[in-house]
Amino acid sequence: MEVDYSGDVMTLNMGPQHPSTHGVLRLELKTDGEIVADAIPHIGYLHRCFEKHVENVDYAGVVPYTDRMDYCAAMNMELGYVLAVEKLLGIQVNNRVRCIRIIMAELDRIASHLIAAGTYGNDIGSFTPFLWCFRDRETILDLFEETCGARLLYNYNWIGGLMFDVKPGFEKKVIEFVDYFEPQVENLNTILSDNYIFIKRTASVGILSPEVAISYGVTGPNLRGSGVKFDVRKDEPYLGYQDIDFEIAVGTGEHGPLGSCWDRYMVRIREVKESCKIIRQAVAQMTPGDVRESVPKRIKPPAGEVYMRTECPRGELGYYIVSDGGPKPYRLKVKSPCFTVMSAFREVSRGSMIADIVAILGSFDIVLGEIDR
Amino acid sequence: MESIARLLQLIPKYNALPGIVRALLPMLVSCILVFALLALAVLFLVWMERKVSAHIQDRLGPMYVGGWHGWAQTLADALKLLLKEDIVPESIDTLLYKMAPFIVFLGAFAAFVVVPFGAASFVTDLNIGILYIVAVGSLSVIGIIMAGWASNNKYSLYGGMRAAAQIISYEIPSAIAIMTVIIPVGSLSMVDIVNAQKGGIQHWFLFRNPFIFLAFVIYFIASLAEVNRTPFDIPEAESELVAGYHTEYSGMRFAFFFLAEYANMLLVASVATTLFLGGWTQAIPASIAPQLIPGPILFFLKVLVLVFIQMWLRWSLPRLRVDQLMYLSWKVLLPISLVLVLGVGWLTVYW
Repeated sequence: MEVDYSGDVMTLNMGPQHPSTHGVLRLELKTDGEIVADAIPHIGYLHRCFEKHVENVDYAGVVPYTDRMDYCAAMNMELGYVLAVEKLLGIQVNNRVRCIRIIMAELDRIASHLIAAGTYGNDIGSFTPFLWCFRDRETILDLFEETCGARLLYNYNWIGGLMFDVKPGFEKKVIEFVDYFEPQVENLNTILSDNYIFIKRTASVGILSPEVAISYGVTGPNLRGSGVKFDVRKDEPYLGYQDIDFEIAVGTGEHGPLGSCWDRYMVRIREVKESCKIIRQAVAQMTPGDVRESVPKRIKPPAGEVYMRTECPRGELGYYIVSDGGPKPYRLKVKSPCFTVMSAFREVSRGSMIADIVAILGSFDIVLGEIDR
Repeated sequence: MESIARLLQLIPKYNALPGIVRALLPMLVSCILVFALLALAVLFLVWMERKVSAHIQDRLGPMYVGGWHGWAQTLADALKLLLKEDIVPESIDTLLYKMAPFIVFLGAFAAFVVVPFGAASFVTDLNIGILYIVAVGSLSVIGIIMAGWASNNKYSLYGGMRAAAQIISYEIPSAIAIMTVIIPVGSLSMVDIVNAQKGGIQHWFLFRNPFIFLAFVIYFIASLAEVNRTPFDIPEAESELVAGYHTEYSGMRFAFFFLAEYANMLLVASVATTLFLGGWTQAIPASIAPQLIPGPILFFLKVLVLVFIQMWLRWSLPRLRVDQLMYLSWKVLLPISLVLVLGVGWLTVYW
């Protein structure tokens, strides 16, 4: 859309207290009437010195802090970290730990994508899908609570194993949930994804072309929404994801240009179905074993450095750990998927309308806890 | 009003009162009656909206206050809003800020004086009744712009401007849709319009000819936009403009906006009922079946059905964007409604 910005430009501060900035993001909008000439994101309202803080905590003590980065997908946050430390220590976990970790990570992915889809509906003005999604997410949180006692910030993945084994009957409950949940996705599609107004609102706005996405380093559903088939679980498998059969969900651009908000949203819906498939297989692959078998008594990795990347619900999460041989990390750097996608926001949103800003921001599905850390 | 005046005659020594009092008292009493009825209906609608939305969303909604299904929840909320501190922001246009909620409220409630709730239950029968409703109903847009401007808040301003553009745009297709009914009736009086539909369901304008049926659909869509309901709630689009024109309002002033919104819903549903669904008339003529339900109750039942559809839409549909909204009004609804007026005119003249 070509727009002449010669009119009077008004600065509109959207956030940090605004219902649809998904946390405490401030967007400095230069608006000309309803059209946004420029949208400058300002981050840092949730900065908690994560990276500096963990330099003063021993390796096991870092896990609860990783939970607090992306609080919507805490299982995946800690999973990335423990895998990085295990890589540094050279620990191999047994099959039971591996399967439970996969189940937890994928359940968490479903929970996180449900929040994304639900709040996205809310951003577009439809409130009902939000509550439907939260209703289903509740079941997942109940499963987590039953296993580790916490509903949001779990501290469940330990270096070398898990905090507890799952309770008896957990597998059955997981399969029951998946059986219940898979048809629910169709209900969500009926009320939101295939809604004419919803498609009109999202399918031609916020176009993130594959070239732009790659040049900004965008990962996860946002990259796949642009049609790029990249998923760390497939391209650089960890936790034995190579033994599990699933598809990479990508955007198809069926209702408009490729890489639109609708494509990014739809990738998440498709991924939820793939996660259900993964969970079924992981449950089938579960074997008995001791989940604390390889938990080290004392964590003192050799001097060196390690980079571990995992596919968290919002994209590629990387942990870079430098060890000086001591009990605490010398340096811990996090590569945040939300941060990279936020850097593309300005380019994607330029020249759109105020309502589209909300749609684009929602389709990126950012969590400020992870951007600011 | 006539029946109220007759009732007042029963008061001893009523005729000894001065003439001006005898002229004004029936007006006052009937207006208060309608107002009280509306206030009750609005409270009920708020409760109903919460229950409808809750059940659509797989929740229960209010369940505790008052006992049975939380029926007193809205009463409690209204009391809370009354008792809340009245926060007036600094650096606002005080006069406009304080006046705005009342103008919106007035626009919503004043229109009801010409709505015939039953054969004899109406305040007055203006010979320009429907025109009066359209005119008074659009008073609220002035209040909304005042609120948006006076709040000295950019979001409020956006909300006010959006509301002005939207309400004025949608008034045109809705007024033209109303014309399709006026043409066969030949009168603007609400009572005449209802009387023209007496004698059973087949005489209701909705089922009388296909053009008016489509006009009803257009009126309903346009009326949703006029009362700022989803999918046309962009003036108060929560996810974009926080709360739109009433962002800065709190306490009782906010409650006035809130009540006005529901009164407006009731108004457009009442107008649609009167124009298209036969008002208070029975669906089955007296010659076939005994008429068990009194007219006013039947009227409210019809209104409730329409209000329920409004709520149903609100909780199922996303929101349009500003440009799509304008497109719908000017390029879809307006041409269709013009064609419908031509069609109704042709049918009326040549049928």
